[in-house]
Amino acid sequence: MTLWWIGDVVLLLVILPVVAYLLRGVLEAARSIVPSVRQIATVAAAGSKDLDAAALLLTTRDQVERTVAGVANYGGSLDGIVDDAEEKG
Amino acid sequence: MPAAGVVMIIAVLAIVVALVYYLVSTIVALRQIADGLDEAIAGVGEIVEKSRPVNDVVNAINGQLDAGVDLLEGLLVKKAGLSDAMGLIESVYPGAAAAGLRNFPESTSVEAPRIGEVYTRGTLTLARLGREAPIAGASPAHEVLRNVEGGSLAARLLYPNLRQTSPENLPNSPVIGTDAPVQYEQRDDIGAPRRRLPTRRP
Repeated sequence: MTLWWIGDVVLLLVILPVVAYLLRGVLEAARSIVPSVRQIATVAAAGSKDLDAAALLLTTRDQVERTVAGVANYGGSLDGIVDDAEEKG
Repeated sequence: MPAAGVVMIIAVLAIVVALVYYLVSTIVALRQIADGLDEAIAGVGEIVEKSRPVNDVVNAINGQLDAGVDLLEGLLVKKAGLSDAMGLIESVYPGAAAAGLRNFPESTSVEAPRIGEVYTRGTLTLARLGREAPIAGASPAHEVLRNVEGGSLAARLLYPNLRQTSPENLPNSPVIGTDAPVQYEQRDDIGAPRRRLPTRRP
């Protein structure tokens, strides 16, 4: 009978608090992740929206190609028109 | 049943209730995490999809700009000379000459003439474009930026050979107007109807 009471005391005063403490820790950890995950989702959505203009890079590339081609044409013309620098002896 | 057994059952039930409460709460939290991660993954997927061509496009743009830089640097150095080119760059963008030109590593060691202290930007541009401009002969401290005498050769070559022999007198320019020594009669047929119509070919 004494062993029964000892077992009861151990259950109520040791095992139950330890189990409750551990489970509470797991629950708090899980709950602390939720706002972080929501923030990540919000940031990912905002980042995706910010990249909507990435498609315009294709236009930028075409514009750059045309601009550099124009600069090359001007450069070629200038090369033919303007004298080269005189070398200093 | 002894009282100790009843207490034991109560203790076990308390443990089970605690397990159920905390585990169910944990499951709910994990489901919220899973839902949030689904949203995040969807957003990240869109980011990956939208940014997929960025690398190639940016590399292409950089390649084009590199070619443009090579062209302009080469043209500037070819036409103005390395020293004057660095002086021009320094005058337009103060401090930029220290960085030098990308394709001319020796440009960092060139002592750039103090062009910007003497001339305006527009004048400098004209000076660099026209090698014959005599404006650059007044640099206060450094060497003359332009050899005016030698630099005018290219301009003089634009005129006929007679002018390059420096004759005492050049032929006068033709006189025009009512007092001109040579008068030309006005033709009456200009603007008048044709005297003969063109014949048709059979």
